[in-house]
Amino acid sequence: MSFLSYFINGISLGSIYAIIALGYTMVYGIAKMLNFAHGDIIMVGAFTTFTVVSTHSGNPLVGILAAVLVCTVLGVTIERVAYRPLRGASPLAVLITAIGVSYLLQNVALLLFGSNSKQFTSVVNIPALKLAEGQLSISGVTMVTIASCIIIMIVLTTFINKTKMGQAMLAVSEDKGAATLMGIDVNRTIAVTFAIGSALAAIAGVLLCSAYPSLTPYTGSMPGIKAFVAAVFGGIGSIPGAMIGGIILGVIENLSKAYISSQLSDAIVFSVLIIVLLVRPTGILGKTIHEKV
Amino acid sequence: MAMLEVKNLSISFGGLKAVDDFHVTIEKGQLYGLIGPNGAGKTTVFNLLTGVYKPDSGSIELDGVNITGRRTIDINQGGIARTFQNIRLFKELSVLDNVKVGLHNHHPYSTLEGIFRLPRYYKVEKEMNEKAMELLKVFDLDQESGYKASNLPYGKQRKLEIARALATDPKLLLLDEPAAGMNPNETKELMDTIRFVRDHFDMTILLIEHDMKLVSGICEKLTVLNFGQVLTEGETSDVLNDPQVITAYLGE
Amino acid sequence: MKIKAKGVTNQTTIQNLITYAIVILFWVFIQIWSMAGQMTSLLNGLLVPICTYVILAVSLNLTVGILGELSLGHAGFMCVGAFSGAFFTKAMASVIPSVGLRFAIALLVGAAVAALFGFLIGIPVLRLKGDYLAIVTLAFGEIIKNLINVLYVGKDSRGLHLSIKDVASLNLEPEGEVIIKGAQGITGTPKASTFTVGILLVLLALFIILNLVNSRTGRAIMAIRDNRIAAESVGINITKYKLLAFTISASIAGVAGVLYSHNLSSLAATPKNFGYNMSIMILVFVVLGGIGNIRGSIIAAVILTALPELLRSLNNYRMLIYAIVLIVMMLFNSAPKAIAMRERLMERIKGGKGKGAA
Repeated sequence: MSFLSYFINGISLGSIYAIIALGYTMVYGIAKMLNFAHGDIIMVGAFTTFTVVSTHSGNPLVGILAAVLVCTVLGVTIERVAYRPLRGASPLAVLITAIGVSYLLQNVALLLFGSNSKQFTSVVNIPALKLAEGQLSISGVTMVTIASCIIIMIVLTTFINKTKMGQAMLAVSEDKGAATLMGIDVNRTIAVTFAIGSALAAIAGVLLCSAYPSLTPYTGSMPGIKAFVAAVFGGIGSIPGAMIGGIILGVIENLSKAYISSQLSDAIVFSVLIIVLLVRPTGILGKTIHEKV
Repeated sequence: MAMLEVKNLSISFGGLKAVDDFHVTIEKGQLYGLIGPNGAGKTTVFNLLTGVYKPDSGSIELDGVNITGRRTIDINQGGIARTFQNIRLFKELSVLDNVKVGLHNHHPYSTLEGIFRLPRYYKVEKEMNEKAMELLKVFDLDQESGYKASNLPYGKQRKLEIARALATDPKLLLLDEPAAGMNPNETKELMDTIRFVRDHFDMTILLIEHDMKLVSGICEKLTVLNFGQVLTEGETSDVLNDPQVITAYLGE
Repeated sequence: MKIKAKGVTNQTTIQNLITYAIVILFWVFIQIWSMAGQMTSLLNGLLVPICTYVILAVSLNLTVGILGELSLGHAGFMCVGAFSGAFFTKAMASVIPSVGLRFAIALLVGAAVAALFGFLIGIPVLRLKGDYLAIVTLAFGEIIKNLINVLYVGKDSRGLHLSIKDVASLNLEPEGEVIIKGAQGITGTPKASTFTVGILLVLLALFIILNLVNSRTGRAIMAIRDNRIAAESVGINITKYKLLAFTISASIAGVAGVLYSHNLSSLAATPKNFGYNMSIMILVFVVLGGIGNIRGSIIAAVILTALPELLRSLNNYRMLIYAIVLIVMMLFNSAPKAIAMRERLMERIKGGKGKGAA
């Protein structure tokens, strides 16, 4: 029974990674950049919910909505101010700028909220599900997280395949130049991608802090890195890849924490990434691109 | 014995036969042209000859040595050097250093000799500088030896690429559309240069070109490629008057 | 015409001499400053770390600027060097009583072990490209840090004992000594690092890298950076030279690690000193100093290490300022529009004298 419980918690943690990884993978697929600051958007989302819920003694739903709103605006602003001017610059320049943005978000949060960790109140009030005569207990947060992940996956896939904007995203990710010629506004498409990615990060932030309730300005940093690992793992640019990568990563992390060593769980997660990349350098579902000579 | 002997060379990409049963024989000192419409597979032939792609079947013999399936660097050391359709210089390096990279394998000293500046470092570097300047002079680039390669005008970049390829001391030189993007005057000058290279270095040259003036002006023999297959081959004037070739270029 | 080519070589020699001179002058300046009694303990404490960061920045520039591959795991090599060096110094205490000699050998040990790690990690990693390479180097850096945190090594009359569980499972004899104690790391390393040693190591690192760059090997490495396919076509062995550059870079980072570890009485692998944040910090030095610009790395590392410490009054804002400077610098230096604007401005200043050579 304990194995099953670790496994389910792993899927839950993995679902959070998957939601974050979606943001990474969409931005990478469309803007061809590694948005290092994506992890810190999670933290901003969590702090927004925390502030709204604690100061307005409010409804957690309002908190979540506020987080989504703040993060969306933040994501689009960051793209407009810091990344768009660098379109066409070297990937390294863009990456360093993203690192700068990441530092900026962390340090603004540090000034506003201090470095002491805040106790985040879970936004989920559903009682735990008891199975097998109480031997297996699945918490409300776990269920909500997994359900959110599935819903997001379905909605996002439908959005991309069925709407005009979704098709535009696919076109831009294939070939920016050709998409422009077809009359697609590339800048707008990229902005929408950042908006969606950041909104998802907000939700991930709330779910993450509901499950692991200690909140600091650095909360988003490590999950952000791991979600990126998940995105690479699944094949960067691929939406189902991000999902699969995230969930596998979460399960591996939780099982190795339980059965091998909690200190080594990160090392194990990263080792798996390295092995996958060596066997399949484009990840599980990634496309192979040949360099034209 | 021929300098280059290619038989039954084929490669497919995802079911599409990019090069199908290609063959060519080039004698030493010949100036040979490979022509054909866009997408006919000419550059793919170059990539097969230089080991960028491994052929599915067929054989490539250079000066009597079978080099089929070898790695690019071994093929270069075996005696094939090339230029690229879209110029590939070492942009941040100086013009001189571009050529010195070409001299790399012929003027060796170890990394440690380089770091600790042992006598051989000075000796070999001096040799390299002299050799490189000699080559640059041939292409009229000696005045610009200290320029960053990317700061050269287009025509000179093409020349530098040829100089760099020659620095590797090849037996066979492959030129991929050397006149692309040049005006008629530059093309004329380039034709003289190519002829000069052949005579001065006693070089065998295979070139891909679209500019028919250049092809008819300097190539002695031609092979026409269409849809990955050899359409025809032979003396330049015969090939260019072949109705099949005219159809392939102009369409039905 | 040979004069011109020679002229180019002389120019690089002069540039390199200026770089060495800057480092030496910095040392002289600090000596005078401290003789004049102006040295505060805060500043004094910064000197060895500054040398450490300068060496790290210079060595990372070899990977990022000269080889052209983005590595986010440089702190991992520093970590390996720090622990292997400190371990040597501790373990050999009874065999080699002289601290100075032990420290000197420890520097070699740190360099060798880090080089070995660089080589072994480089084999798989350098097959990858761009962002993939970056994320895998980051992963390796984190793995190294994690492994060291669970590593226990002890020594007794029977030899060395190793465990990744705890002290008890080392099964040491009663008089045995635990040298590496898991997350607590190594304590009691003699403080052998001094500013002068640091400066000498900076000069050594510079000597190796600058001479390497201006040699046949360096040209091959930069050719691969500028155009891998063209480099291959002129017979450059890509794997060999990539691996060589990566290994040398790792090895020099290892030396920086040894310097770092012999400046602390207690060495532990925390996210702060050996995590990816440190790797990124070093990368920031390299980028702000100018990618490929070795002298720039030195200056950036000195200023960016010293400034935040000296501006203690701005304590709360210093990292914020740091972040903003980073973003603004990148936008100013790399945005296509900013570059075009600068070029127009330069042309106007030059008065249309035409664009000269590089």
